[in-house]
Amino acid sequence: MLFNRKEFLQASTLASASMFVPRFLQATEQKAAVPAGNKVLVVLQLSGGNDGLNTVVPYRNDLYYQARPVLGLKRQDCLSLTDEVGLHPALTAFKAAYDDGSLAILNEVGYPSPDRSHFRSMDIWQSASNSDEYIYNGWLGRYLDNQCKACNHPTQILELDDMLSLALKGKNGSGIAMREPNRLYQSSKQKLYRELIQQHQSSHSEDLPDFLYQTLTNTLNSADYIFEQSKKMPSNAAYPATEMGRKLKTIAGLIFSDINTKVYYLSHGSFDTHVAQEGQQKRLFTEMNDAIEAFVKDLKANNRFKDVVLVTFSEFGRRVSQNASAGTDHGTANNMFFVGGALKSKGLLNAMADLNNLRDGDLQYKVDFRAVYANLLENWLDTPAENILGGKFSGISVV
Amino acid sequence: MNRLDNQWKNQHLAWRAGFGPQARDIEILRNNSPSVQLKAMIAASQQPPTYIDVVSNSMEGMLMNRRNLSIEEKRQLRKQSRDDIKTLNLRWLDEMIASPAQLREKMAFFWHGHFACRNLNIYYQQLLLHIVRTNALGNFGDLLKQVSKSAAMLNFLNNNQNRKGHPNENFAREVMELFTMGRGNYSETDIKEAARAFTGWGADASGAFVFRNNQHDDGSKRFLGQEGNFNGDDILAIILAQPATANFITGKLIRYFVNEQAPREKIDYYADRFRQSGYDIQSLLADLFSSNWFYDVANTGNRIKSPIELWVGIRRQLPFDLPAPEIQLLVEKLLGQVLFYPPNVAGWPAGKNWIDSSTLLFRMRLPQLITGNEALQLNPKQDDDVQMGRAPVQLGRNFRAIINWPAYIQAFADSKETDRYETVNRFLLQSKHQPSAAVFENHNDKSSPELAIGTLTLNLMSTPEYQIN
Repeated sequence: MLFNRKEFLQASTLASASMFVPRFLQATEQKAAVPAGNKVLVVLQLSGGNDGLNTVVPYRNDLYYQARPVLGLKRQDCLSLTDEVGLHPALTAFKAAYDDGSLAILNEVGYPSPDRSHFRSMDIWQSASNSDEYIYNGWLGRYLDNQCKACNHPTQILELDDMLSLALKGKNGSGIAMREPNRLYQSSKQKLYRELIQQHQSSHSEDLPDFLYQTLTNTLNSADYIFEQSKKMPSNAAYPATEMGRKLKTIAGLIFSDINTKVYYLSHGSFDTHVAQEGQQKRLFTEMNDAIEAFVKDLKANNRFKDVVLVTFSEFGRRVSQNASAGTDHGTANNMFFVGGALKSKGLLNAMADLNNLRDGDLQYKVDFRAVYANLLENWLDTPAENILGGKFSGISVV
Repeated sequence: MNRLDNQWKNQHLAWRAGFGPQARDIEILRNNSPSVQLKAMIAASQQPPTYIDVVSNSMEGMLMNRRNLSIEEKRQLRKQSRDDIKTLNLRWLDEMIASPAQLREKMAFFWHGHFACRNLNIYYQQLLLHIVRTNALGNFGDLLKQVSKSAAMLNFLNNNQNRKGHPNENFAREVMELFTMGRGNYSETDIKEAARAFTGWGADASGAFVFRNNQHDDGSKRFLGQEGNFNGDDILAIILAQPATANFITGKLIRYFVNEQAPREKIDYYADRFRQSGYDIQSLLADLFSSNWFYDVANTGNRIKSPIELWVGIRRQLPFDLPAPEIQLLVEKLLGQVLFYPPNVAGWPAGKNWIDSSTLLFRMRLPQLITGNEALQLNPKQDDDVQMGRAPVQLGRNFRAIINWPAYIQAFADSKETDRYETVNRFLLQSKHQPSAAVFENHNDKSSPELAIGTLTLNLMSTPEYQIN
């Protein structure tokens, strides 16, 4: 059956997301239930390999200054956390979070047989694979597979970008990527797409057309749903006019709505500081710091900070020794930040990177990043982690 | 509707053994038998390919002489190299789109994904591409040996660091796991022993293979049940003698060209013949593409086009010029497949992995973007291996495609208005499942036959079904 054009236009302006369920999917339609106090994970990817040693600075360690005669950050410039450790001077919001018990720092996170290619190492982090395995789906995508069996809008995981990262691709379905709710909504608004969905009838014997139509349907439903939700409780707080500021403001507005999103994903970079690291890292940190400062303030003002954990990671840290261009080259293990109003463990969670025990000039990891994922999945997202991560990983209880 | 006539079969062959049919060939597609078409495709691919050389003389001189360059010169060299890889990418796309040697280029594209290699040295990359294009239809053993001895692959898989007493097993492992036998057909000990045999294999700055005798471990090795003072060539020969190799390669080819769920007995049957032929790639393909099984309805319209196949297919079906061809690099990035930048040594994913909300919407919007009816406002993700911390280069955002509508519409000139949908649809969509004609009624411009064909074409290319071949 083809919609009468006029009827269709009326329907499409009035319709809520659930209107666009094509007949071949109607049987499986489910209403998404959104619990109040919905816990939310925000994953912030620092792309390019952030230099962890100049992020969380061991300013009482001579080895650090020996390896970095030019790049080493002086103690008096750092934001002091303890007698031994300070933060990069630009990270004032992280220092404030540390002081009020809403920051945790985990050092020496990595994985065995580290890969120094950006692309490959990022894929390892995003897919949660071993470094000798090639997996074409991601840990959050597999979380979605668990959460969204035949559901109509896979908005449980959202990426603030035009392209979807491997982390959000599942085996059965994938999350949604969008730079802004309005932009996704506009590009999905083609009448042809909606009319195609309406005329599509399940082919039964053919799996690919149904898969494509289901993905299209989910995309259009999600575009409508996200757009509607984004208008409900948009944040009116002041955020910096930077890309990250805009993205976190969008995320805050969605958190305040009753959208079913559990995970938001965004990237910031490039931290690939082979040359003149000081200026580049400082610029990137300032943008990140100011955006997160506004985000935390906004969440607190709306009494939602306790429901949110923001986690940072990078595909690798950098070499301990600076290079000849006032920069650093690709390294291995790195630190992670956790920011949130309900952290179970706070402050410095483990010892600082061991500069006495390097391997070919690189740090040796002590914490497998998948133990962090396991903790986030089990204790924050209430999902058994073993299947998603392809093994048992434990030992971290930051949330 | 009879979908299994000659046109349908010939188009099936054109999509699988090449990058899709051209509108100007529509009469041939309708009238030839598939066996005649296959013979013509094979004949058109017999000439050795022309070397795609994008490296200037001065650049080549610098690449050969890397060690004596200043830091600034090296920086310049890396930048030039990355730029030249883009040019190589575009030049090869041109071949895929326009070359009559469709079978050769399609197979080269398959091997490009099979022997996946990331290497930022343009000179090495274009040498490897030439190996792949030259041997695409030749002997798999020759192809394997030449790829294994290429500077691009030896460097990518760290065999230049594989020395007697300090083995690096990366190359030995991937050769067996990904290039020949697949997991489960060798042990960790076999990898260690093979790595010893590959010690001393390297390449010089000109990309030529060198055997460094002083780095080679010439002791006895035990590999796959055989014992001897093996070198790298011996190891490859032993690997090629394994039935597992023929099975692995044939299975991958069949899953790629025929059906992702290939039955075991078909793989065994073709693998046997492949091994008996001494790994003759062309005869394996001719075998496959002439079988009734290949044209079985279950094996048609059952694949999702990879991004490169989608894009090159559009350019073959709808002829147009791009005054600024670099826009295609942006298309590759947004669709998720950039030539010369596979995600890892296992190559690109396949099938449904290509599809998510962003890529599907972008795929469906592409026809409107090409015509300029919509503006492109998407940003690809950065690639830090390429950008090295610098800001990404902003690519031109306007396709400004000059579509050769008269040439395209000519192909449908003799169709009556009542047959128009069916005629155009049959040429464009290879999916067995078809959108209903009625849905396009309101979207096609019927003010002239030309506009009707044009708008219908763009709309059909904007469907989920167009993602299937």
